[in-house]
Amino acid sequence: MERATECPPSGASVIDLRQLTKKYGEQTAVNGLNLTIERGEIFGLLGPNGAGKTTTILMMLGLTEPTSGTASVCGLDPARQALDVKRRVGYMPDDIGFYDDRTALDNLLFTASLNGMKEREGRERALELLDRVGLGEAVYKKAGAFSRGMRQRLGIADVLIKKPEVVILDEPTLGIDPEGVRELLQLIHDLSRNEGLTVLLSSHHLHQVQQICDRVGLFVRGELIACGDVPSLAEQLDDDGSVTVEIEASGWTAALAERLASLEGVIEYRGPEPAAADSGEICHAVLICSGDRTSAAAKTVIESGAQLQAIRRKQYGLDDIYHRYFEGGGSHERNNR
Amino acid sequence: MSETTANRGGYWKRLTEQLSVLRIPGPKSEFAKRELGTVSPFWAIVRKEFGDHMRSWRFGILLGIIVLACIGSIYAAVTAIQAGTQSQQTDDSFLFLRMFTASDGSLPTFVTFVSFLGPLMGIALGFDAVNSERNKGTLSRLLSQPIYRGDFILAKFAAALLLIAVVLYSLGFSVMGLGLVIIGYPPTPEEVLRVSLFLLVAVIYVGFWLNLSILFSICFRQGATSALSGIALWLFFSVFYSMITGLIDKATAPADASAFTVLLRHYNLMLLLDRLSPAFLFSEATSTLLMPSVRTLGPLTTEQVAMAIASPLPLLQSVLLSWPQLVGLLAATMICFGLSYALFMRQEIRSR
Repeated sequence: MERATECPPSGASVIDLRQLTKKYGEQTAVNGLNLTIERGEIFGLLGPNGAGKTTTILMMLGLTEPTSGTASVCGLDPARQALDVKRRVGYMPDDIGFYDDRTALDNLLFTASLNGMKEREGRERALELLDRVGLGEAVYKKAGAFSRGMRQRLGIADVLIKKPEVVILDEPTLGIDPEGVRELLQLIHDLSRNEGLTVLLSSHHLHQVQQICDRVGLFVRGELIACGDVPSLAEQLDDDGSVTVEIEASGWTAALAERLASLEGVIEYRGPEPAAADSGEICHAVLICSGDRTSAAAKTVIESGAQLQAIRRKQYGLDDIYHRYFEGGGSHERNNR
Repeated sequence: MSETTANRGGYWKRLTEQLSVLRIPGPKSEFAKRELGTVSPFWAIVRKEFGDHMRSWRFGILLGIIVLACIGSIYAAVTAIQAGTQSQQTDDSFLFLRMFTASDGSLPTFVTFVSFLGPLMGIALGFDAVNSERNKGTLSRLLSQPIYRGDFILAKFAAALLLIAVVLYSLGFSVMGLGLVIIGYPPTPEEVLRVSLFLLVAVIYVGFWLNLSILFSICFRQGATSALSGIALWLFFSVFYSMITGLIDKATAPADASAFTVLLRHYNLMLLLDRLSPAFLFSEATSTLLMPSVRTLGPLTTEQVAMAIASPLPLLQSVLLSWPQLVGLLAATMICFGLSYALFMRQEIRSR
């Protein structure tokens, strides 16, 4: 299998990281990171706390200098042309803060003036953006009175006011209720699709990332251990080609178990205990097959006279991918398999 | 390669660009890029900071204290001047300046109030300049905008200094106006100039404390720590430092019968120690500016004053006399700013 850390660019790349490394004393926060993000895509940087996601983002913005390696954002070097990079990139830090004694509009106008926008132009854009992120009612409300979800929306507006080419969102969904998360992600998705924005978002919430990201990178202990879209990651996961079929049925018999186990293509059979099987209750069995044997298994169960309650072919979600990559930190083991 | 070096290059580039703009507007210069009606990020921050200070409770309270103190000092000065002129003891030259330096003993003079409360205002305006932004989580958002890091702390400093200048000048001129009304004695142009210069020195002095507290706000994450460090240094220099130098003076003083050169050397050494304190430098500079009769700040031998006529110094000579003190204060301010700049450049900006 080819190394998972290589993400070959297919279109115009906006962010290009080459062997990016950051060390804090003895500790390596980011280790030899190679990553390419294309124009217009939504990329999810996924990893547990302390994996080096924020450090990577800071290096992309020139807010901290890499120990070695190079970063290129919109064709510019963030360490040397920090100002030009910051003009093109909107960054929303995790746990974003605003001037609490100023109104939402004032906060946005300040950002606009820092980006050299005219007063009137900035005001128009700020009002339009506030409306778009759903804060149209709270324009003249002080930012200190905002709830967590409102602050994040205001953060999105704040990022967009400078008309960026790239938007970097660090943990945008942290601490928001599920409905708020859904709306926020929808907003990000719409923005990316309608305005052709490149979005890089970091998170440790798999499901959320799964919903909107075109590609995800799994980031553990400073290393990118896997990269690609969700289906291809799932493919990478069951690269031994096995398919897992789960069966629930009542009226289980020992003969059925034998027939299932001896079914063609079944590698492993994990069935209920014989005692439980004879009691007539609903039993749970798992078949690990070399190919898709779902229908064959269903046919076997029904033919043997048992009542089939449920059968499903297990799909790998990001959760499983995440779990399998992260459990025991066996990243190298997986990569080199 | 850090932002530090990039910024240094940036500053240089900007400076040369500004210079070139003066002659031929270059197509790549920031000035040419910036349209009319927009402000530079630097002035945008200054404007916001100035507004924040003006609206803050902290500033209101401090202003109240200082205004009350000044009213008290005017009262004391006016009483002293009236008593003095009635008994014909004081000489009438530069009577107007005595509004700032005279007191009937019940309350300290205006100068003393400024030298004591001014630093407090500087510390109050600067102690949470950077760390509060850091703790509120606005620093990383702010620095991800296209602004230089140097501009950020310079703007913080400039906004607070501007406010201090406005406060001190308006206080000084109010005292002059009140004095004019109460004692009915108009100032000469030289006196107005002397007062303006004194206020300028006061702004620089308060600016030093402001810069020191900004330095602390970069060093310490907690606002309380940086405020306490600033106040501790302020108390040390305005109260304890003179006591300590007094102690050293007593302990190391040569016998009265020692040779003249030994005594002179000791005196000069003590003066040098005293002058390490910005408060002492300020008091020397202001006394020269506000009391034209002060002819020297160092020791004078009897031979030197033997044939001298005790007349007030002209303005230019007074300025010349206080010039080293002024430069010393400016240098201390610059050192603080340089340190804060260097520290801030190397800091990593994380959210909270």
